[in-house]
Amino acid sequence: MKQASDSSARQEWMSVLAKAQPDRLLALWQATSRGEEQRLTWLRAPEIGTVMVQGRAGGTGEAFNLGEVSVTRCSVQIDAWVGHAYVQGRDKNKARLAALCDALLQAEPETASRINTGIIAPLQAEAAKRRAQTAAKADATKVEFYTLVRGEE
Amino acid sequence: MYVAVKGGETAIDNAHRWLADLRRGDRELAPLQTEQVSEQLTLATSRVMAEGAIYDRELAALAIKQARGDLIEAIFLLRAYRTTLPRFGTSLPIDTGAMACVRRISATFKDVPGGQVLGPTFDYTHRLLDFALAADGEVPAALKAEQQNQATTPPSQKPRISDFLDEEGLLQPEPRGSETPPDLTREPVAFPAGRALRLQALTRSDEGFLLGLAYSTQRGYARNHPFVGELRIGLVAVEMAIPELGFSIEIAEIEVSECETVNQFQGSKTQPAQFTRGYGLVFGQAERKAISMALCDRALRWEELGEDNLGAPAQDEEFVIMHGDNIQATGFVEHIKLPHYVDFQSEAELVRRLRRMHADNQDHQQTQGDDS
Repeated sequence: MKQASDSSARQEWMSVLAKAQPDRLLALWQATSRGEEQRLTWLRAPEIGTVMVQGRAGGTGEAFNLGEVSVTRCSVQIDAWVGHAYVQGRDKNKARLAALCDALLQAEPETASRINTGIIAPLQAEAAKRRAQTAAKADATKVEFYTLVRGEE
Repeated sequence: MYVAVKGGETAIDNAHRWLADLRRGDRELAPLQTEQVSEQLTLATSRVMAEGAIYDRELAALAIKQARGDLIEAIFLLRAYRTTLPRFGTSLPIDTGAMACVRRISATFKDVPGGQVLGPTFDYTHRLLDFALAADGEVPAALKAEQQNQATTPPSQKPRISDFLDEEGLLQPEPRGSETPPDLTREPVAFPAGRALRLQALTRSDEGFLLGLAYSTQRGYARNHPFVGELRIGLVAVEMAIPELGFSIEIAEIEVSECETVNQFQGSKTQPAQFTRGYGLVFGQAERKAISMALCDRALRWEELGEDNLGAPAQDEEFVIMHGDNIQATGFVEHIKLPHYVDFQSEAELVRRLRRMHADNQDHQQTQGDDS
């Protein structure tokens, strides 16, 4: 089995997939895939569980357990490529698609670039747009203080 | 003591069927969709996630619907469901400094870098009922500020206000503790609990209970003179090291409310004066809870900060932790409505006997009185 060459790129795409909306991921997969799911072998079937989220006292101090978040994980193999998924929520199909994408993104450049352009890039762009829109709404509620200058002359 | 009883199965089935029927309500009305709950009753959903101690909007919305809007019942459903799930691991501590803020205010600094961002707040509303909502009026979309070109940092990311005070040395630094904090879902709580365990207990505690305790500290039961240094609400990424891969990825994005209070200062001949801190961090949009948590956290730190124990409830970690969990509390308080027939019969028998003895005594005294 082959290793992904660049773990920072893989971290990025796995993070994007983990936070994707299930419907959106499905739509992009359907538009981009070429029947690769036919060659899927399960290494670990989708499993729903939780991850304990930690915070820090004062944001920077001692760690404490804040509460759990629901997460679904699975592992697949396509040809020589192993794909893993840890995704937010309880949608097993989302986990399956995320693992498929992870496997194919490590495959030969043509396939990897198709998945990247067809699925990862749009998900990233949409997330950035959502963030920017929320930030713009927040900015519209920013309080502007005025200093009142007394006329002395 | 509760003694198991048999029988009543048909009555119980019929009661639950009636409950389901009432939950559906008037069939002329459309059934409530769980998406409507999570989208339009967002703050109820937040509360159920926080006190249910699991971040999952869809589950919380389902629980609220199933519980007919009884939030403590919904929290109970979530806690019960959570116990059926395996735990894959623990995240790295979330970085609230990197939060994409929808709201960020400070009561201590007017001109704070990053600005005072009100966000979607109830503050400054007139608390007048809006009858337009009853008439199903549509509302205009939120206004967006002109996009500024800030390529380097996301515009919603704000510097932490406590960092400014830190730089001047005005604020006590946050001590670093163990990186593997205790977990009350795995180990029974033992006392003294320590701050990490207290914070876990506080963040899942009943909002009303914490609010009342926080209020008590302001009214003089363990005063801690709080200012809200910073209150922020927004999205943060949750990152976890993946064992199979040997690196960490973001597995989720969650909304949290964070409150940092700047409290009563301390100092001595050897130590220059410094403000102290309280901290609140809660799942979802829950600022009342976050502020209350920060006040309770600060009150509970009395010993570590060398203050006097004034005997106030908010200073007593056993009292706060053991009574703040509304699921434990409701379980014990409400269980007394379940059959206690045997218990009660033995007590009733005792009372009858005592009354008989009393009556006999009275008769006896009466007879003696008549004699004299």
